[in-house]
Amino acid sequence: MKPVTIIEGTAVPLDRSDVDTDQIIPSDWLKRVEKTGFEKGLFSEWRDDKNFILNNEDYAGACILIAGPNFGTGSSREHAVWAIQQAGFDAVISPRFGPIFKNNATKNGLVPIEIDSHLGNQLLHEVGQNPDLHFVIDIAQRSVEVPQLGLAIEFELEGSVQDRFLKGLDDISITLNNVEAIKDFETSRGEWLPSQNSI
Amino acid sequence: MGRTLSQKIWDHHVVRSGNDLPDLLYIDLHLIHEVTSPQAFDGLRLNGRKVRRPDLTVATEDHNVPTENIDQPIEDEVSLKQIQTLRNNADEFGITNYPMGDPNQGIVHVIGPELGLTQPGMTVVCGDSHTSTHGAFGALAFGIGTSEVEHVLATQTLPQPKQETMSITINGQLPSGSSAKDVVLAVLAEVGTGGGIGAIAEFRGPVVESLSMEGRMTLCNMAIEFGAKAGLIAPDEITYEYLKGREHSPKDDQWQKAIRFWDGLRTDPDAVFDREIILDGGMITPQVTWGTNPGQVIPVSGSVPGPDAFEDPAEQEAAQRALDYMGLTPGTKMSDVAVDTVFIGSCTNSRIEDLRSAAEVIKGKKVAKGVRTLVVPGSRKVKEIAEEEGLHEIFLESGFDWREPGCSMCLAMNPDKLTVGERSASTSNRNFEGRQGRGGRTHLVSPRVAAASAIAGYFATPEEL
Ligand code: SF4
Repeated sequence: MKPVTIIEGTAVPLDRSDVDTDQIIPSDWLKRVEKTGFEKGLFSEWRDDKNFILNNEDYAGACILIAGPNFGTGSSREHAVWAIQQAGFDAVISPRFGPIFKNNATKNGLVPIEIDSHLGNQLLHEVGQNPDLHFVIDIAQRSVEVPQLGLAIEFELEGSVQDRFLKGLDDISITLNNVEAIKDFETSRGEWLPSQNSI
Repeated sequence: MGRTLSQKIWDHHVVRSGNDLPDLLYIDLHLIHEVTSPQAFDGLRLNGRKVRRPDLTVATEDHNVPTENIDQPIEDEVSLKQIQTLRNNADEFGITNYPMGDPNQGIVHVIGPELGLTQPGMTVVCGDSHTSTHGAFGALAFGIGTSEVEHVLATQTLPQPKQETMSITINGQLPSGSSAKDVVLAVLAEVGTGGGIGAIAEFRGPVVESLSMEGRMTLCNMAIEFGAKAGLIAPDEITYEYLKGREHSPKDDQWQKAIRFWDGLRTDPDAVFDREIILDGGMITPQVTWGTNPGQVIPVSGSVPGPDAFEDPAEQEAAQRALDYMGLTPGTKMSDVAVDTVFIGSCTNSRIEDLRSAAEVIKGKKVAKGVRTLVVPGSRKVKEIAEEEGLHEIFLESGFDWREPGCSMCLAMNPDKLTVGERSASTSNRNFEGRQGRGGRTHLVSPRVAAASAIAGYFATPEEL
């Protein structure tokens, strides 16, 4: 994963709640065995509607996706995160995320930003009015700033996740530093536990 | 202060904690399927890593597989490639795989318990959100993404931030026509799709204790639909009875040792949950979803609500969008809504008891004219047992299709799909837009209600036939 420190740019308002991962990337797209090429699948069933916000040229080039509550609920498909990133987004703002989606996002360097739902509504509204609002997200400060609105919002990000973002660390190598502890643990497991070697 | 069941299992699996890092948990069983694993294996190859414990890893083919003509090559080339990729990866990394047609093949969450691989007190993960199903055994089981699949393959562990605890108590006794599916839909109606986010939910109370293992699996299966990290139920005699004699269950003196350990897997009486929900089981009638998220639930005897039934503006808007998508008008009685397709299957409701309960409803009756009907057993073993019992004949005589095991119309990755505007009564777990096929309209119900609706041609309970 590449380090993520500052994200700067415009946002697109996806004013819907309960956007599940089946909407973010429909199941047809899950047959692929590659990790790339998912950008066309992003919201593909909604894209047919020419009024869909992501088809609006005014928001082309946005790097922040703002959505209603319960974004990314449902299926565990990490393809949802890949699709969002490959379509050019670096952060998603929502009052509440589906937990697996949120976790998947952090593994790929897509920043999930949880904010109060009133603020969420306000941002959706403001960005809906003005596609050119400029956002600055600072991972080290855990802050979102929108200077034109005079807004500075702090958000929560677990310390270890923040650290991984800032340093671009790979989870697996961090864990592999504990290989001795893992081996130790393995000697203490119940003997009755199932294993493919024991039958 | 005492600990809850999930805290006990958690503590028992901590490999390393502290240093401002999330706990590193050991994973006892890693289940794999074709859809969420290919990129994880690629990651291993790219970094020159091996699978740490192939012996604790089991794969099967379920999401993509066709449910007809499985002796023929898979027609969809992209699906075929994905299946072939899983087979190659399993070979290369020494992992047991149960391929299409194998006697042990089936939906990953059906075969784990069936083979005795899922046991109390274990940690179980799979790149699939409905891994919560395995919590029915008193295991800590949760769905993970592909990066985490790679992590578990490489290390057999996962770093996990601590979760809150949630108890969901179902008191009293269920009315005779209601099932575990109705219970979990009623819970969803109560807490909504976000009510469990950040928590591990323990289902408790007399109704839960009286459920069979299969009913408990249905309940835990849908814990993810209200956002819980996992759902689980304390193991008891019913659990032990189910496990006894299964292929991977402990044998002889190991069985005794295991039981002694399992007996301790209970929430302490003085443990305190962060969130508590209590429902009266006696009030839970057969349920049906009317909208496009699994929290939009009403009794089958009820009418479609309007947006004004909700207080929250976001919910009102969601309701309006759902009504438009579903082609429903507020105030319409569900019993007046016609079904085009009935799907009995998925990891929620495709086990033998589900098939028995559906067969009982339709026996000697014919499917209503024009209704497409599909029964897809959860696994090859379920299919075999059903055929020994003659259930397939009951289904076939009524006019149902009797298919090969797999996920099928639950997520429409194989040829079983709804078409635009087609309305289904489905025993699966997600009524999201397009979940069962682009433009399809899904209503989630229990197997009994699905069966009765197939006969009636509109939403119905068996009692109304
Ligand atoms: S049956 Fe449906 S929910 Fe269950 S594992 Fe398969 S696709 Fe997922």
